[in-house]
Amino acid sequence: MAVSDPAAVHAVLRSHFGDAIGDLAGTRPDNAGTTVAPSAIVEVCRFLKTETGLAFDCLSNLSGVDYPKRNIIEVVYHLYSYRYRHLFVLKVEAPRDNPAVSSVAGVWSAAEWQEREVFDLLGVTFEGHPDLRRILMPEDWPGHPLRKDFVEPEEYHGISTSRESLLKT
Amino acid sequence: MSLTGFEVEIQREVDGGLTTEDMTLSMGPQHPSTHGVLRFVVRADGEVMKEAIPDIGYLHRSIEKISEKVGWHGFMPYTDRVDYVAAMFCNQGWAMAAERLASIEVPKRAEYCRIIAAEFNRIQSHLLSVGSMAMDIGAYTPFIHTVREREYINDLIEELCGARLTFNYMRIGGVAWDIPPGWREKALSFLERFEPLIDEYNALISYNKIYTERLRNVAAISAQEAIDYNLVGPNLRGSGVRYDVRRDLPYSVYPELDFDVPVGSGELGTLGDCFDRYMVRMREMKESCKILRQCLAQLPQGPVIAKVARNFKPAAGDCYVRIESARGDMGWYVVSDGTAFPHRCKIRTGSFAAMSIIQKVSRNLMIADLIAVIASFDLVAPEIDR
Repeated sequence: MAVSDPAAVHAVLRSHFGDAIGDLAGTRPDNAGTTVAPSAIVEVCRFLKTETGLAFDCLSNLSGVDYPKRNIIEVVYHLYSYRYRHLFVLKVEAPRDNPAVSSVAGVWSAAEWQEREVFDLLGVTFEGHPDLRRILMPEDWPGHPLRKDFVEPEEYHGISTSRESLLKT
Repeated sequence: MSLTGFEVEIQREVDGGLTTEDMTLSMGPQHPSTHGVLRFVVRADGEVMKEAIPDIGYLHRSIEKISEKVGWHGFMPYTDRVDYVAAMFCNQGWAMAAERLASIEVPKRAEYCRIIAAEFNRIQSHLLSVGSMAMDIGAYTPFIHTVREREYINDLIEELCGARLTFNYMRIGGVAWDIPPGWREKALSFLERFEPLIDEYNALISYNKIYTERLRNVAAISAQEAIDYNLVGPNLRGSGVRYDVRRDLPYSVYPELDFDVPVGSGELGTLGDCFDRYMVRMREMKESCKILRQCLAQLPQGPVIAKVARNFKPAAGDCYVRIESARGDMGWYVVSDGTAFPHRCKIRTGSFAAMSIIQKVSRNLMIADLIAVIASFDLVAPEIDR
């Protein structure tokens, strides 16, 4: 029997992981989900993937969002089940000054590159990742561009990163 | 990524004391058959690859960062550049995300205009994909044939929105321009002529012995592997998974339309090989024709855009929109903080996932097969890097 309703998925998670699971949030099928304690994310993901009735066999999306006002970086996991065609969202909050979250690359292979991207652009360290390197930016790029307080360097290896406005007369 | 760390050569003695060693080759970033600026570091023993390590980022234009700076309406032209071979879908993904956050109802005629434009774009993109795939394998003529038809679609779309590549056709709440007078007839006569051509392409190249020998049994991916790596679209369906966002997570007016979802069957070799992925695209073009005929027949009257504030500020919240682009399930995770600028926009694309599986599937293939694998995944570099 498929457990597809987000409230039911949340209840199952609560009964297994207790306080590591936050409240149910979101109102639509595409954003309904919950927060998870950083220490429990791998177990929760493995459980969601393997448990009968849940079968979240696909990590559809993994992204990071910077919230400077709350002083956190949120890592967002959109899980999808091809078997039962249902979606569930997990969110992990990591402190901005030293964000570290356990890697789920061992659960879904798709996480490997997506975590590299979040590491590259937001500076979240994924512990236990097999090959955590920058993926889009050059290896020696300073800082993480998708952080809200990122300041673009004026030049990169002697190449200016800005130009005069073409509209100037 | 530099070559450092990859030059570890395995020295070994073979019979007669002859010493051989692995080669480390850099393929790309500029290479005629890499479908854009991307690079592979290939470790090979003669012609056989130990592995091909993809190196991406050459086309990174920080489109996601730009979204945070230009406002909701202002970001629409940038979405064209996410995947410039199939820009309509990026337009649509962004528009749908904004509409979902602000609970905007799109007029029926606008939805039909979107689907018509998108399905033409799908045929256009698949034509380029199958044509360039044949060219990569060494058959030049099919490319000329498919690009010829692609030009006619470019003409149609140009008449619709004034552009042939980066369309900027859709708006939050609808589309920018209605279908011009007489366009419908032109579109129908194109379909009339184009549909039989698909069979001609099949006769010309698809079942050509030399061509199929290069594709069958190469880089077969099981359904489970495909899902594990989050392969989407034709790459997923090539592995036999009958999943299409248009049918299984319906959006827009797709529930009103009748079409099939072709999947690979391993007809010439192993399920999920390069040939299966190629054939799914061939068959999808037929399905797109079917959808287009229905849309053009059912096109309702009415406005083509809803009333949307110029100073657009959707309610705070997040949404995850998925649409079936030419390269499959494209995910738009958009966060709004209630201001005139998006807080975050993450675009999860099909080519990114396909690129990530290449290191695994390239093991023990011939170097020449890597070209077939890249082509069969229909990689579009700007979509990988954004």
